[in-house]
Amino acid sequence: MAATARQIGNGVEKRALSPLELALLNDFQRDFPLDPQPFARIAEALGVGEDEVLAVYRDLMERGLVKRVGPVVRPHRLGWSTLAAMSVPPERLAEVADLVTGYDEVNHNYEREHAVNLWFVVTAASRQDVMEVLADIACRSGFEVLDLPLERPYRVDLGFPIS
Amino acid sequence: MTANAHFDAIDRRIVAATQGGLPLCRRPYAAVAEGLGLAPDEVMERLRRLQSLGVVRRIGAVPNHYALGYRANGMSVWDVEDGRVGELGRRVGALDFVTHCYRRPRHRPDWPYNLFAMVHGRDRAEVADKVGRIAELLGAASRGHDVLYSTKILKKTGLRLRGEKEG
Repeated sequence: MAATARQIGNGVEKRALSPLELALLNDFQRDFPLDPQPFARIAEALGVGEDEVLAVYRDLMERGLVKRVGPVVRPHRLGWSTLAAMSVPPERLAEVADLVTGYDEVNHNYEREHAVNLWFVVTAASRQDVMEVLADIACRSGFEVLDLPLERPYRVDLGFPIS
Repeated sequence: MTANAHFDAIDRRIVAATQGGLPLCRRPYAAVAEGLGLAPDEVMERLRRLQSLGVVRRIGAVPNHYALGYRANGMSVWDVEDGRVGELGRRVGALDFVTHCYRRPRHRPDWPYNLFAMVHGRDRAEVADKVGRIAELLGAASRGHDVLYSTKILKKTGLRLRGEKEG
């Protein structure tokens, strides 16, 4: 399970990361070995022991610095999703944000500093299901919902370097 | 894009069992396979195939950028000529600090932007500096841009896929 808002809200790491921690964070954000013993392959590549690699990953997870080690699924391939946005007056933002967050189909919901201030991702089995959720939100809130589906990816989340 | 025929019930169970993370043990694929009543090789082969199909984007460590100190997240949005958005999007997407770069439809007059590039930084100054590098790259091809900083994460959950559900 991905981190929840509450977990993300935990403190920011103060301690400097060791070279091994940095390598395990940066070098295996993709191309994690599809091998019976992937941690042993990583250990060989870094010149350390398999148990040490496992221990560092466990520790990074416990400290909340790594959410998980595993496959990242592209949501679009499992149905349909869109990025939706709304302009909500500040005095109604909390109420409308709660309404949006209440939908199971909404898996990300961010408040952003802009006239268009509520941004969320809606994912469902089909485009029609997604459109129904958007229409329902517009109807219940009384505000227009912009439908901004991905038309073309130029870069999809492949991780980025931590320094 | 819709779910495709190459993604069957076993694939779905494997994704459902692993998307929250592989177990941190010496033989994680064997542990997953055991839970699903499959052979370890089959789990690895199917994950390899799902990756080549693009259903699995990547396999690896997923850092919590926020906890690592990257607290500012700016969604930069750009109004570029439709005829050049492909070429320019690929160049922006190639910048190492851009995590996502997508073309999305405009909604004039409220929303004139057609190119989105997500930029992370330790603080807003770092994000602004990176956005400035995108602006330099785009030059006159950008007819306008904006940066939307997130002020509150109201909900963030992984994709919750049920193993038994067909899509």
